[in-house]
Amino acid sequence: MTSPVVISPSSAVPLLRLPDFATLSQQIRECGPNEVVAALGRERRTVSDLAALLSPAAETMLPDLARQAALITRQRFGRVIQLYAPLYLSSYCFNRCLYCGFSVDNEIPRRVLSLAEAEREAKILSRRGFEHILLVSGEAPAKLGVDYLEELARRLRDDFAAISIEVQPLKEEEYARLFAAGITAVAIYQETYDRRTYEEVHLGGPKADYDRRLEIPARVARAGMREVGLGALLGLADWRAEGLALGLHLAWLRKLAWRTGLTVSFPRLRPASGGFTPRVMVGEKNLSQLIFALRLFDPDVGLILSTREEQRYRDGMIGLGPTRYSAGSCTIPGGYGDSAADGEQFAIDDHRDLAEVAAAIRAKGHDPVRKDWDAIFQQR
Amino acid sequence: MLEIAGRKFRSRLFTGTGKFASATVMKAALTASDSEMVTVALRRVDLNDPADDIMSHLDRDHFFFLPNTSGARDAAEAVRLAHLARSVGNTNWLKLEVTPDPRTLLPDPVETLKATEELVREGFVVLPYINADPILALRLQDVGAAAVMPLGSPIGTNQGLLTRFQVAIIIEQARVPVVVDAGLGAPSHAVEAMEMGADAVLVNTAIAVAGDPVRMARAFADAVRAGREAYESGLGRRGTTAEASSPEVGLDFLHG
Repeated sequence: MTSPVVISPSSAVPLLRLPDFATLSQQIRECGPNEVVAALGRERRTVSDLAALLSPAAETMLPDLARQAALITRQRFGRVIQLYAPLYLSSYCFNRCLYCGFSVDNEIPRRVLSLAEAEREAKILSRRGFEHILLVSGEAPAKLGVDYLEELARRLRDDFAAISIEVQPLKEEEYARLFAAGITAVAIYQETYDRRTYEEVHLGGPKADYDRRLEIPARVARAGMREVGLGALLGLADWRAEGLALGLHLAWLRKLAWRTGLTVSFPRLRPASGGFTPRVMVGEKNLSQLIFALRLFDPDVGLILSTREEQRYRDGMIGLGPTRYSAGSCTIPGGYGDSAADGEQFAIDDHRDLAEVAAAIRAKGHDPVRKDWDAIFQQR
Repeated sequence: MLEIAGRKFRSRLFTGTGKFASATVMKAALTASDSEMVTVALRRVDLNDPADDIMSHLDRDHFFFLPNTSGARDAAEAVRLAHLARSVGNTNWLKLEVTPDPRTLLPDPVETLKATEELVREGFVVLPYINADPILALRLQDVGAAAVMPLGSPIGTNQGLLTRFQVAIIIEQARVPVVVDAGLGAPSHAVEAMEMGADAVLVNTAIAVAGDPVRMARAFADAVRAGREAYESGLGRRGTTAEASSPEVGLDFLHG
C-alpha cells in the first residue's frame, strides 16, 4: 500500500501564506535586465529569480528563456510528450463563475452521463488509442458524487493505464477512496490567485471561498494521490503575478508533499457560454514566457498544454517546456459518441485527432507517449 | 539566525568534544570557535567521577550541550542512551548516531529512522546523523526530526564534501535545518558546505587534532561566517555565456 504523505506531528504544518497579489505584481515589475540575466545564469532558481523571469524586462530575452527551458525539459523529461483526452461527465454545476460555460445561470442543455453512458464514451476514447483520460465534471455532488467516480474508475481501470479527475473538491478520505479505485491524479485549479478578482468572478456556490480552494491541492497530496495539478486561468488578472503565485504554491507543495508529482496548466480563456470577455489580454508571447519561466523555476514540474490552444502554437511549443498535451478533445458531456451534442464548457482550438497530434509530435523529433502508468500499481 | 526546534543559535559552527589532547585545550579551542552547540558522547561521560567529567570543564551557560549516542549499534541501544542523556544531562536534545560498523562508523539508515520515530514520540528533539541520502532525510523529517545531519565524508577522514551532490538535494528539499556533519577536514570544506546553503556544519576532528587547535577553531569560525555570508548575498551566478554553445531556439511561430 502506498503510504500517504506524512506530515510530522511534531512540526507544525505550515500554512500557505501567499503575499498579496498586488505585491507580487509589484515585485515582478521592479525587476530589471540585470535581475533577468542573473536569474538565467543560476543553477537553482529562487522565487526572486522567477519574478525576474516573468518580468517585462525578460521579454527581450525570450529566446534565452526558451533555449534554457528546452535544455532543462529535454534533460528532465527527454524527447517525449504525454497524451491524454478529457471525458466530460456532467455539465451540472451550482457554482456561479463568470468565465465558465457550465456556470449555474447559463441556459445550456445540462446533462449528466449515466455510468453506462460514461463507459460508452470512454470506450470510444479507448478505441481511438487513448490510455490516459481525465474525467471532468461541474460541481453538483448530488448529480455526480464520489460514489459515481469510484464506480466509474473501477469500470474503466482495465481499459486505461491512467485516470485523472477534474471535479469538485472532495474530502481527504474520498480522495483516498478514489485512489484505491484507480484514480491517480487530481487537477484542482485556483483559477486566479488574486483574491479580489477571485471574489469578483466567483459569485456563488462553494467555489466562491478562495481560502477553501487554496488548501485542496495539499489535501489531495495527503490522501496519497500520485499527482496534483495546479492551474491559473489566464485572462482574469495579471498573468505575471499568477505565474509567481503558481511558483510559490509549487514550492510550498514540494516541501510539504515530497511524494507527490506536480503539474501546472495554463488555460487561456476561450469563448464560453455566458459571453465573458477576458479582463486582461494574454498573448502567445506572454503564455510562452510564463511556461519558460516556470520550467526554469521548477525543472521537474509537468506542464500541460490543452486543445484550448491552436495547432500552430501547440506544434511550435513541442520540446520547449510543455510535457503533456490533450488531443481530440470534446468539452460536451456525451460529445464523443454524439457529434450533435450541445452545451460545451469552452471552445477548443485544436481539432486534430490523436493520430494527427501524435504525428506532429513525431515530426518534431519527439515521442508521443500514450501510456506512462499501469493500473497494477494500485491493485491490491 | 539559525533556529532549531525553537532555539536560536548565533553561531552556525557546531563542535565536538572528542579527540582533544586535554580538557584545557578543548576548552580553549571551543571558546575560540564561538560555537554555541557542542556535542558530547554519552559513553564518555563519567558519572562516577564528576570532577573528571568532560562536561564539567565547559560552562553550560555558554555552551549548549548536545548529547550524542556515539557507539550505539542499533535503535534499541540508541534509545537506551537517549534515556540516559535525559536523566543525567537534563536535556531532551539528542544527536542520534547509530553506527553498527566500527570500521567506517557509517550510520545505519534503517535503525536511525526507527530510533528517530521512537524518540520523537517520547518527546526528544532528535538530530539524526545520516549518510547523505535525500529520501532518508525526507523520511526523517516526516517522523519529526528537528534537523538532519548528513555527512560530508566518513567521520574522521577529513575528505571534505564528497557527498556534495546529494547534500545539495537534501538542502533544496529540507523543511528543517541541514547540518553537514563529519568529514570536513579544512576550513575550505566548511565554506563549501555553507556556500551551498547548509544551515550549519559540525566540526570536531579537524579542530581537535590540528597543530594548534585554538587557531584552527578560529579559522573554522571565520570560514563558516564567510560561507554563510556568501550564500546569503546571492552566490551561484554563472555567466550566461556558458550556454552560448547551445543552439538558438526558433520562436517564429509565435503570434502576438
